[in-house]
Amino acid sequence: MAEENAIEVSGLTKRFGDKTVVDHVSLEVKRGEIAGFLGPNGSGKTTTIRLMCGLLTPDEGEGRVLGHDILHEGPTIKREVGYMTQRFSFYEDLTIEENLSFVAGVYQLGRQAVRDTLADLGLTSRRTQLAGSLSGGWKQRLALAACIMHRPQLLMLDEPTAGVDPKARREFWDEIHERAADGLTVLVSTHYMDEAERCHRINYIAYGKLITRGTVPEVVRDAGLSTFVLKGPRLSEAQRLLKGKPGVDQVAPYGTDLHVIGRNRVELERSVTEAASATQSDAKPAETSLEDVFIQLMGEAQDNMA
Amino acid sequence: MNRFFSLRRLLTLIRKEAIQMRRDRLTFAMMLGVPLMQLMLFGFAINNDPKHLPAALVAADEDKYTRAMVTALEMTGYYNFIYPNASAAEAEHLLASGTVAFVVTVPSDFGTRLERGDNPKILIEADATDPAVASGAVSTLGQVASDAVTRATGQEWDKKTKAAQQVQVVVHKLYNPEGLTQFNIVPGLLGVILQMTMVMMTSMALTRETERGTMENLLSMPVSPLEIMLGKVLPYFGVGAVQVVVVLSASKLIFHVPFMGSLWLLFAGILLFVMALVILGYLISSVVRTQMQAMQVTIFYFLPSILLSGFMFPFRGMPDWAQYLGETLPLTHFLRMIRGVMLKGASFADVSGPLWVLGLFVVIFALAALSRFRRTLD
Ligand SMILES: Nc1ncnc2c1ncn2[C@@H]1O[C@H](COP(=O)(O)OP(=O)(O)OP(=O)(O)O)[C@@H](O)[C@H]1O
Ligand SMILES: [Mg+2]
Repeated sequence: MAEENAIEVSGLTKRFGDKTVVDHVSLEVKRGEIAGFLGPNGSGKTTTIRLMCGLLTPDEGEGRVLGHDILHEGPTIKREVGYMTQRFSFYEDLTIEENLSFVAGVYQLGRQAVRDTLADLGLTSRRTQLAGSLSGGWKQRLALAACIMHRPQLLMLDEPTAGVDPKARREFWDEIHERAADGLTVLVSTHYMDEAERCHRINYIAYGKLITRGTVPEVVRDAGLSTFVLKGPRLSEAQRLLKGKPGVDQVAPYGTDLHVIGRNRVELERSVTEAASATQSDAKPAETSLEDVFIQLMGEAQDNMA
Repeated sequence: MNRFFSLRRLLTLIRKEAIQMRRDRLTFAMMLGVPLMQLMLFGFAINNDPKHLPAALVAADEDKYTRAMVTALEMTGYYNFIYPNASAAEAEHLLASGTVAFVVTVPSDFGTRLERGDNPKILIEADATDPAVASGAVSTLGQVASDAVTRATGQEWDKKTKAAQQVQVVVHKLYNPEGLTQFNIVPGLLGVILQMTMVMMTSMALTRETERGTMENLLSMPVSPLEIMLGKVLPYFGVGAVQVVVVLSASKLIFHVPFMGSLWLLFAGILLFVMALVILGYLISSVVRTQMQAMQVTIFYFLPSILLSGFMFPFRGMPDWAQYLGETLPLTHFLRMIRGVMLKGASFADVSGPLWVLGLFVVIFALAALSRFRRTLD
């Protein structure tokens, strides 16, 4: 399999009733790449992932995952992909070890795989604990460990770090990068910006449509936004003044700063200067953050829907 | 690595299911407790061998033969003549009102006929609205009557003895000519118990995966529909086997149900029946979305099959349309099989009909279940 892309799907569409949940989504993920999958709640991330690992049948579209046709080669894809569901879906009434043994049995792995995974997780001493009694973060870690146990070539992780503490999250990302360096491909959905920034490339989906994709700097640049940061004593007054002014799309307080973002740089600058002088604040141009870009994209996508 | 079937994967699924079953204390207790409880309740409450039942005697003459008859009947322990001297009209009323369960009528020519050696008759009218009451009490009458009269006449007259042995006891079972016996109930109970627990447990087993969200994970792994089905169904097979042993032992040891036929033939029939049941349960679980719905469907199915299968009411006593409905229920055929084998000592040829039908149910249910199975979450 000399194909360059681990995931290559086009025109994927899924409807539930008359609601189009995934609307002609095309994705490409290169082998060895960590691809971020972002989008607001209900935008169709989980559904898209399910379509790609053969858990849902698309209404339209086609594609290949690891070189296998997603429409016809579901069973093969399932064997080579590790899918971590958004909601913990291992057996809560089984112990940690029993869950891992179950996965090992299904993928026909040896006992050693279970022991290694338990050791990696640091759960060897707690292996007889029921999975249901684990804390939320530990459940995530168990689920992740279980879905990489069979050494898949492609990982699809649906919000793997939701509720996981910062240190464990850091470890998780370090490990993902290490494995990617060895050739593992990862598609990971997340709502955290810092995680998005650790991805090689990101794909942003809203209301079922893929809005933008690329590396983080590309996405920020393509958004064409300008940002000004205001500092001063009367920021709340400035915030009120700026809302709805020409060129101002977003006004967001960040601690002692106020971020003002807009697409039209000329109008934005005029409005910001006005408000700054009215409130004796200090206005400076700044880098646009990824989060600002996403919020902008979300707002625009909603406008398109209406 | 076979894509469609691997023994290792199947064993993994079975083990997982068995562990879950064991951890779910309440369900586990129910699986073994329910059959025992039902057996005790139905088996004992429906006592088909009741003793000391109230009876009335209508006798024209108080001769020695009549006295001997009455004593002998009371000796059986079944009859308690609370009205030893009733008129025919009184007796009829007593029976109709349920005050007595039997009326024994010794005709006026009983003694004369007996002495003439001329086919003496005794009439016993039994209230068979509750058939169990009637059957035990009348089953041994012929012998009792002969013995009694033989004793009364003494052994001296050969002719009389011969006649005594020919005493005919005419039994009229009133109100319900079909009459179920207790022995009918306990084997039938095995079918009812298996049906209830097997269908309900399996129908909930797969639904539980959907309800708890573990189905998504299971489907994302390389398991085939056949493996999932067998993995869900076989553990309950084991439970069914335990239930069979419990009920059959109890029917032998506690209820003394006779066992006339071949044990292996019975096992073959039970195997087919349980197979049909667990696959039916699995089929239900592939249609419903929640465990609650699974339970409701099971009960919806359970009631008619108790009423129309011939478990509660005699099958041949039902109107045609009900019999047609009854024929579509596995329990009906199971009852024919088990009653035939256990009580009548039926051979394979005798019960091959029900066995074939049970096999047909297995095939139909399995095909339906596999075609219904959703390999995806849609
Ligand atoms: N089985 C289903 N039947 C009907 N509607 C569904 C089904 N599954 C998902 N949806 C709808 O599809 C939309 C997209 O859901 P999806 O779970 O893919 O979003 P998401 O991007 O993963 O959201 P989140 O970030 O909250 O996890 C939602 O509006 C949801 O209600
Ligand atoms: Mg989701």
